[in-house]
Amino acid sequence: MTAVSVRNVWKEYDGRIVLEQVSLEVEPHSFIALVGPSGCGKSTFLRMLLSAETPTKGDILVEGERLPGEPTADRGVVFQRYSVFPHLTVLENVVLGKEFAAAPFLGKLFGKAKKQAREEAAEILTAVGLGHSLDLYPSQLSGGMQQRLAIAQALIKRPKILLLDEPFGALDPGIRAEIHVLMLKLWRETKMTVFMVTHDLSEAFHLGTRVIAFDRPRNRPEERDRYGATITHDLAVWPPKYPVSDTHIASGGTTRLLDELEALPGRPGVGH
Amino acid sequence: MDATAGGRPVMRKRMINLYPTRGTALILAALPFILLLIGYLAASAARLALNPDDKLLPSFASIGAGFARMAFEADPRTGDVLLWVDTAASLARLMAGLAIATVMAGVFGIAIGLVPYMRTTFNGFVAVVAMIPPLAILPILFIIFGLGETSKVALIVIGVAPVVMRDMILRVDEMPRELMVKAQTLGASTWQIALRVVVPQMMPRLIDSVRLSLCSAWLFLIAAEAIASQSGLGYRIFLLRRYLAMDTILPYVAWITLLAFALDYGLRRLQHKAFPWFAQGRT
Repeated sequence: MTAVSVRNVWKEYDGRIVLEQVSLEVEPHSFIALVGPSGCGKSTFLRMLLSAETPTKGDILVEGERLPGEPTADRGVVFQRYSVFPHLTVLENVVLGKEFAAAPFLGKLFGKAKKQAREEAAEILTAVGLGHSLDLYPSQLSGGMQQRLAIAQALIKRPKILLLDEPFGALDPGIRAEIHVLMLKLWRETKMTVFMVTHDLSEAFHLGTRVIAFDRPRNRPEERDRYGATITHDLAVWPPKYPVSDTHIASGGTTRLLDELEALPGRPGVGH
Repeated sequence: MDATAGGRPVMRKRMINLYPTRGTALILAALPFILLLIGYLAASAARLALNPDDKLLPSFASIGAGFARMAFEADPRTGDVLLWVDTAASLARLMAGLAIATVMAGVFGIAIGLVPYMRTTFNGFVAVVAMIPPLAILPILFIIFGLGETSKVALIVIGVAPVVMRDMILRVDEMPRELMVKAQTLGASTWQIALRVVVPQMMPRLIDSVRLSLCSAWLFLIAAEAIASQSGLGYRIFLLRRYLAMDTILPYVAWITLLAFALDYGLRRLQHKAFPWFAQGRT
């Protein structure tokens, strides 16, 4: 449940203005779809939310706090490609997040701690449908499975914000529909605030609670360098997807992952 | 029109689409070696027919005898079986040099590739040092370290390490930025990123790099042994040169080639066994 506030953000590269006057208030547990033509700076915007880049001007606040200057564990990410580590198996890819937190020097867990972390990772992998592929390497997975893995890998850190950079752009329609269902379910259960860059408008409206369009209001060749893109449309998606509909809770099963996450040790503020 | 056979048009494939069958492939792969052997035999026979004492292109019989003399008979002066003594001496130097160079190149290459401050400080320096022709500083090494083992190992290290190091820097640089960002969003520190993400991904690439530099490692080894040594494969062939003993030099060269090939093959197998994800990811 995390609110994000973007205040008059500008981004320039070598005097070339990419984004200007971007302001946005995002309510907790929103699913924001970012759309727009190629080169309109929507990925740049996402990378700024990630702290992989810093705004030239302006502030981005998460729960009232300014973003740190580098990526942190409270903001998860799934890229279109290169989201998972090719040298680790499916299970190891997900356990990794636990190991970083628990083993500062070796970055690796042993014995009982290792077993626990592997069990937790296996549960999350089962929830995203990879329960039978734990010992495969990413190169042995299909594109859709790799993205499921990337999502599971991000979820084990229980990020407050999940950033998706065209995550499903390379998948075929059938696989994409399946992963959409999964994504909505995870979004509902984990209460994350999600930002997703996409080229696909139907995907944007299907998944998003709000669709934000970036574009360049001034796009003549001589204007391109001096005027950047900004938010041109901001649409609330109807019908609202949040709060969680009663039918979803009643349907059972779908909230299992959340229960599992809540029940697992180490979740802050629960059961202690 | 197309040529026809039995009424059906014969499909002529492009050359780039023609593949030999397994048996043909085996014969074709052996062909260059066989041609070389035949060429040698013919030239050798022709010269020996003119002058039976010719030393330049000895017959296979005398090459075999030369090899047997070096490999199975004790040297009357020292009592050693020279081929094995030479091989042991050379391999010890080569392995020591390669091991030191690999560790240095791996550690510094990854650190320089990963940490911007390291890169700013050392990138230019490594680029310049890698340009020094190693053989040009061999005299300096002899002066500093004397004529013993140290200077020979040092030559291999100096010749191999900067090249492998530069390759490592490039390979680290080549890693997708996304993976670095991803690791940070999983809460990894710089040290953890190095240990769990960069080093494991660089290991198979380091093996590739070392494989490519095996050839220059042998070059430096043989050069150093030729100039100042009392043992070693390089020392031996340069010593035998004085006697025009082609019947011993040729098997020695073949033996060196075999060792180099075996080393290269061993590294390739190691890479395959230890990093199965690497070969899979490349296909």
